[in-house]
Amino acid sequence: MTIERHEEEGSRAFDRRLARRLLSYLRPYRRTASISVGLVILSSILELAGPAIIAIGIDLYVRPAGAPPVGSVSASFGDWLASMGLAFDPITGINVAASVYLLTLIGGFAVIYWQMVLMNLMGQYVMYDMRKQIFGHLQKLDVRYYDRNPVGRLITRVTTDVDALNEMFTAGFVAIFGDIFVLAGIVVVLFWMDWRLALVLFAITPFIALVSMWFRRGARTTYRQVRARIAAINAFLQEHLSGMGIVQLFNRQPQEAAKFSNLNARHRDANLDSIFYYSVFYPMIELIQSIGIALIIWYGGGQVIQGTLSLGVLIAFFQYAQRFYEPISDLSEKYNILQAAMAASERIFKLIDTPVEIGREEGATTLADVNEIEFRNVWFAYNDEEWVLRDVSFRVRRGERIAIVGHTGAGKTTVTSLLLRFYDCQHGQILINGVDLRELDLQSLRRLFAIVQQDFFLFSGTVENNISLGDPAVTSQSVRDAAARVQADQFIRRLPDDFNAVVRERGAGFSVGEKQLLSFARALAFDPPVLILDEATSSIDSETERLIQSAIEILMAGRTSIVIAHRLSTIRSADAILVFHHGEIRESGTHDELIGIDGLYRRLYELQYTAEKLQVGVPGGPLEEAPV
Amino acid sequence: MTPIRRLLHYFVLFRNPLLLGGLCVIGSAVFSLFKPLIVGNAVDELSGAFNRETLVRYALLFVGAAIIQGVFLFLQRRIIIGTSRRMEFSMRGDLYEHMQTLPLSYYQKQRIGDLMSRATNDLSSVRMLIGPAVMHAFSSILIVIGAFIMMYRTDKVLAMVSLLAVPVVGFLSKTFGERIHDRFRLVQDHFGELSARVQENLAGVRVVRAFTQEQNEMETFGRMNREYVERNKSLIRMTALFYPLLHTIIGVMFVIVFFLGSRRIMAGQLTIGEFVAFQFYLARMIWPLIALGWVINLFQRGLASMKRLSDVWNVAPTRVPAIPCTVDSFEGAIEIRGLTFGYDGPPVLRDISMKIAPGQTVGIVGRTGSGKSTLLSLIGRLYDAPEGTILIDGCPVEAIPIERIREVIGMVPQETFLFSESISENIRFGRADASDDEVRQVAELAGLSGDVVLFPQGLETIVGERGITLSGGQKQRTAIARALVRNPQILMLDDSLSAVDTNTEERILRSLREVRKGRTVLIVSHRVSSVKDADFVIVLDQGRIIEKGTHDELMAFDGYYSELYRRQALEEEIEEIA
Repeated sequence: MTIERHEEEGSRAFDRRLARRLLSYLRPYRRTASISVGLVILSSILELAGPAIIAIGIDLYVRPAGAPPVGSVSASFGDWLASMGLAFDPITGINVAASVYLLTLIGGFAVIYWQMVLMNLMGQYVMYDMRKQIFGHLQKLDVRYYDRNPVGRLITRVTTDVDALNEMFTAGFVAIFGDIFVLAGIVVVLFWMDWRLALVLFAITPFIALVSMWFRRGARTTYRQVRARIAAINAFLQEHLSGMGIVQLFNRQPQEAAKFSNLNARHRDANLDSIFYYSVFYPMIELIQSIGIALIIWYGGGQVIQGTLSLGVLIAFFQYAQRFYEPISDLSEKYNILQAAMAASERIFKLIDTPVEIGREEGATTLADVNEIEFRNVWFAYNDEEWVLRDVSFRVRRGERIAIVGHTGAGKTTVTSLLLRFYDCQHGQILINGVDLRELDLQSLRRLFAIVQQDFFLFSGTVENNISLGDPAVTSQSVRDAAARVQADQFIRRLPDDFNAVVRERGAGFSVGEKQLLSFARALAFDPPVLILDEATSSIDSETERLIQSAIEILMAGRTSIVIAHRLSTIRSADAILVFHHGEIRESGTHDELIGIDGLYRRLYELQYTAEKLQVGVPGGPLEEAPV
Repeated sequence: MTPIRRLLHYFVLFRNPLLLGGLCVIGSAVFSLFKPLIVGNAVDELSGAFNRETLVRYALLFVGAAIIQGVFLFLQRRIIIGTSRRMEFSMRGDLYEHMQTLPLSYYQKQRIGDLMSRATNDLSSVRMLIGPAVMHAFSSILIVIGAFIMMYRTDKVLAMVSLLAVPVVGFLSKTFGERIHDRFRLVQDHFGELSARVQENLAGVRVVRAFTQEQNEMETFGRMNREYVERNKSLIRMTALFYPLLHTIIGVMFVIVFFLGSRRIMAGQLTIGEFVAFQFYLARMIWPLIALGWVINLFQRGLASMKRLSDVWNVAPTRVPAIPCTVDSFEGAIEIRGLTFGYDGPPVLRDISMKIAPGQTVGIVGRTGSGKSTLLSLIGRLYDAPEGTILIDGCPVEAIPIERIREVIGMVPQETFLFSESISENIRFGRADASDDEVRQVAELAGLSGDVVLFPQGLETIVGERGITLSGGQKQRTAIARALVRNPQILMLDDSLSAVDTNTEERILRSLREVRKGRTVLIVSHRVSSVKDADFVIVLDQGRIIEKGTHDELMAFDGYYSELYRRQALEEEIEEIA
């Protein structure tokens, strides 16, 4: 055990703390769990009955070697039957024995079926609970957490890791009981039948255990090596198939093929190593079992000769000797399942235990409308002291349109993230109607805003679903009205199933302009008091551009709006313009005021002017059409 | 080639070890069938005249048979499974080498993940067919038939009755196997949907939060979660039925053998030893029967995978020119004649014509999507242009052997792609036999030296996840060094300095000016500063050349170029405001 522990780099097969916490998930199902354990015991008894019944049947009724020796199991059982008034003639006896055997089989079938269903269902319910808990927690975790953890890894927590636990709850947990009971059952039955022969037969168990352990260790090490080497092949292929252009461009095919061949050979060799363990293991187990049978022939046969063992019991021993190996080998398998489950649960619990920093406050204030938004000396950094916003102060009053302009990296988008409280600022305050954001109910705060982000995120589903986001409060009618008002319905009606048209992952198949219109419709359908719009910079054909401009007007009409503006039309129509530069507000005022000063705004304005003329876009536009 | 033919080809290659393995299977089957006979005879001895020595002899005989069987079992697995791994190795190697010859347009259409899964998952199920499936099929058939023969010799009636097990077990394995497989697929499919749902929810976390859809999302997820449990339930009911049922049927066979066998013993038609041997044979026969169901499955899956592999194998490699046109040493003159080209849809380039003399530097500007990269890709023959539209030193590109073109051209693609190896290995990717000095020299030329000295391992620093993550600009400069080390006659830079600041850009361009002497250089850029020293500049718009001339000529003309120049000046001004 200790050696393996080192190899596993910290993940142990058993951790009391983790195990206790895992078992707590069984609590709601403890009745099911205990019934399962009971059924397992019952099934192992029924499973072991068969050979014993045949043994007694042969000894008492078939009598190939005359009556069973006095004092043998069969003889005493026969006496007991007779005392119960159940002394059968041979044919009836055989019929009764066969019927009893048949009954144990049918009973065993029912018990095992019931047990397997119960056990596996319980596993499913536990998984259901865990996934629900993890997913629920993910819905609360700070946005910052998502900045640090790649989505791919988080998905694994909800899916693969939970499945590893399922295996422990179903295959591991109860099966361990099952194996132990079958093993114990065999021991008890064999001792009951003939303790001397039982002892002789048990002499082979240490060898089975030793060979199993040797195999498990070897197989695990080589398996890990195989995994590592196939991973290397995958990484190579991933890289070289994506970069095939470069390989061909530089005539590198021979060298890369040689490298691949090397990785491929290492994978083959690791597999050949692992085949060795398998090739030795199965024949060894077979051999040990055969030695067991040979011992029964030799010692048991001797006992039969001496008249201390009945022939039927000898035959039963042959049967049991063959069933011996399974539970022992199974038990050693369980170690791996436990280990995987412990590692998975450690990861899951770590996620569940991640505290939520920006959460719902008890008794927090709720707001229904916005009269004033104020940034008061706000400082913010994503990491340490790398300030993205420095001492930012501004005020937006009900019904005003504010345009935020600035070059890339000026901190514009951060302003909107703070307003929605995706992050908390380090210094200063953000106030709505004079109340600090941190004192507001998070949900009620976010309901005040509709946000249109730069990367229009579309979910797979239908067009309607993407506008309503499945919110029951947004009716089908309001979806259609919103789409009509931003004139998105024009293209939607051209789709195969108009509002029920299928949207694929990430909105593949929709043009950038169409995606924009959809997200405008989404914002309008939610109809909040404040609009936050992060205008996209990518170039769009002039037809769609006109639609979008008028849609923006409709969105902003009669609504307090904060717009990270790129379009000259949006900028010019603003009540006030805030010019951001390196995280600070450098200039502010109306377009006419600012254009008069020979400052940042004028240059940004001109830059935007040339951009619209050249349609070159700003960094972040679509890629050239043919990436190599 | 059909999938089966190709598979047979590999079988023929490895016929000797496979035949040897087959012999071992026969050996192990024979001895495994011999063993019950020994037990049976020993038991019979017990009811006759016997002594201890005979018993010892039987026990030793049994162990001896077991040892020989064990040796055969060991060899059979070692040889057959080992061979399957060797076949997998050569198939995978062949497949990869084939993939290297495929035209880039193929990779454009194919998803990398899909190709990957063919080279790994599909190959692995073909391997299962070659190794375990063949081995178990052969040994199962031998044992089932052999065991039946032995049973028949022992007791015809009992043997015929036991034969009933064959259709019953076969039928159960097949029907349950299929149903379990179907339900398992349903579970897996839903698992995929569930994962996709989680993936979207997490990727769109900001939208979900901003629109306060957490509760709603949890309900949607809850529905899918419940559905997953439901589908699992139906799978569980099926598996919970199947295995115990098989178990029970095997048990019933033993009851029947006991029920009939004991009557035949009493009637003197069967000895007790034969009865014991019979039980052993029955047990030997049943598990291979069940295994056969599994083996058939492996065959089906393996063949389906082989078909998918063949799809890749049957893609034709890049075509080789019939009458190659080549020059001893290319000088780098490029001529383009009325080139119009589109990928699958509308033309991306329209009626492009121009002549570039050896040693000239040409700048190419234009807005995103105007066809700049496509033009370079066609000259470098990453895609095929219409015949006769592009000529290098008078040879149409499609007639020049592809390796020759690539020897002549050094290209720095727009999307920098480096391999996760060291910086120097990435540079040597351009030319494997470059000396350390040469590598250092091109690193210097590409303006990389200053950055590299700051890395712990210098030029030996690994690029990518395992090592230091290079900045976009550093990657671009490594890619430039990689092209330079080839010492190409034609150098093509596709917006290769976009992630480099203007000062560094200036420095690199200055050092390139030295290298440029006598070489043809094409520079695509969004920046005027990169192209202003070119011999001439072309401006592309919607695939057409709309402006052409030297920097001064184009500045004098109030068009795209001069506007671009003004824009860049403004940007610089804004940058400089602290």
